[in-house]
Amino acid sequence: MLAFVVAVMAPLLLSACVVTPDVNDLGIVIERAKGSVLVVDIKQHKELARVGGLGDLSHASVVYSPDQRYAYVFGRDGGLTKIDMLRQGVVSRVLQAGNSIGGAISKDGRWVAASNYKPGGVRIFESETLKLVADIPATMANGSLSRVVGLVDAPGSRFIFTLFDGDEIWVADIRNPDKPRIRKFHNVGRQPYDALITPDGRYYIAGLFGEDGLALLDLDNLDNGVQRILAGYGKGERKLPVYKMPHLEGWAEAGNYLFVPAVGAHTVLVVDRSNWQEVARIPVHGQPVFVMASPDGRQVWVNFAYPRNDTVQVIDAETRKVVRELVPGKAVLHMAFQSQEKKIWISVRDEDRVDIYDTVSFQRLASIPADKPSGIFFTSRATKIGL
Amino acid sequence: MYTHWVSSWKVYVLKSVVMFSLLLSHGLFAVAGMPDQSRQKELRHLLKHDCGSCHGMSLKGGLGPALTIEALAGKAKSYLLRTILDGRPGTPMPPWKGILSEAEATWLVGVLIEGKGSDER
Ligand code: HEC
Repeated sequence: MLAFVVAVMAPLLLSACVVTPDVNDLGIVIERAKGSVLVVDIKQHKELARVGGLGDLSHASVVYSPDQRYAYVFGRDGGLTKIDMLRQGVVSRVLQAGNSIGGAISKDGRWVAASNYKPGGVRIFESETLKLVADIPATMANGSLSRVVGLVDAPGSRFIFTLFDGDEIWVADIRNPDKPRIRKFHNVGRQPYDALITPDGRYYIAGLFGEDGLALLDLDNLDNGVQRILAGYGKGERKLPVYKMPHLEGWAEAGNYLFVPAVGAHTVLVVDRSNWQEVARIPVHGQPVFVMASPDGRQVWVNFAYPRNDTVQVIDAETRKVVRELVPGKAVLHMAFQSQEKKIWISVRDEDRVDIYDTVSFQRLASIPADKPSGIFFTSRATKIGL
Repeated sequence: MYTHWVSSWKVYVLKSVVMFSLLLSHGLFAVAGMPDQSRQKELRHLLKHDCGSCHGMSLKGGLGPALTIEALAGKAKSYLLRTILDGRPGTPMPPWKGILSEAEATWLVGVLIEGKGSDER
């Protein structure tokens, strides 16, 4: 008994001496080439630990448990790793597929879902144990499997995702997680490449690669089906090559407006949420990849695809003009706002650095060395829907 | 005496062959626009990270198919070269001409079909 108490208490005591960090202040930076992640202290701008052995992390993403204690890292090679943010170590890890693109966690934190390219579909795991509870192959009309993108969690115990090859959106009701009930929407538009959900959980929107426009699904009125918005926004213009797929991450919502990357144009599109009409197109430096609104909704930060990926532009949400241009360095891959303070973290892959900027003065405040950093994910994502 | 001469001659030939191939592989010979050593390094980086954003960092596939030695076995060099330079309209594979010269793309095809695409650099 005493031995048990000592064994359990010792690490707690130890970490208590080193001052246990507050989970609210933590985040993860993906080191894509090394197969490791850095656990960082956001407030102190510093690395706390490196956790390795996570496999191929090109295109990795992270979701957090509702209490922000655990991170679930989805790797390219199908690895799903659960990390304890306080002890900064791996709790468990499974290789759940051959090729994976991302994941989501249910609002209650009980279920973690991964969206896979190979085999095309979604797999649902118990978050506690990473035990498989449901396998949802993304079977298309022709019988083959589609690659799955744009997986999000939605209110009403639902996971929603999109079939890149099948041009479909599926809504999976997971109240009985081992027997998900699926509602399918066909012909949503050609090659949907990513999707987002509005912060109120009301709308699911998929961006289309194969044609100009977005597919909109009202989650309160599924019977209305999928609507096309911004159809033909690039009409008459020659498409520019896209050297990196854009992302729809979160909701670049500023006031009542949605800011989204155009595909094949150096443009950010602005949509009015009240009628889903395009209200502006903002010329920018290159093919936008991430278009992210600051927590106060005043600014929209944009990074760009290869070969114009050394630059970040800041759009003033009200005037819809580019008000600032920064050149952090070669291959800016991702950005994350530090919610409470006016700061943004920017990963600069080829410089092996994460830079922290003040979003008011645009001064660089600090840099953290990191090996080929890509995604940056703060625990505050735990409280946001769809992330 | 004779054997001595033969063996030293052999050594000499061997040495020159080694030297020559070293020169070649290190790009000291600028053969018909072939990328030089530092450009080769950049191209490998491009392959791993920027082609890798669609094909996977280890080229085992992503949105784009695997570009491993097994996956490309039996595919014509010219077909791969045209795919890289012209892209595949109607798919996310973009045209790389304008960014890569024909010689550079040819060199990349060589790296890929020899299965050297995901070598650590
Ligand atoms: C934006 C995504 C994207 C990027 C970046 C990209 N590719 Fe591709 N690539 C694809 C897709 C998708 C296909 C499959 C096209 C099809 O369906 O026919 C493809 C196909 C190919 C093929 C043909 C493979 C085969 O078996 O037929 C080659 C070779 C290739 N890419 C090489 C490259 C190289 C080299 C680079 C970097 C210089 C690169 N790609 C960058 C998306 C991409």
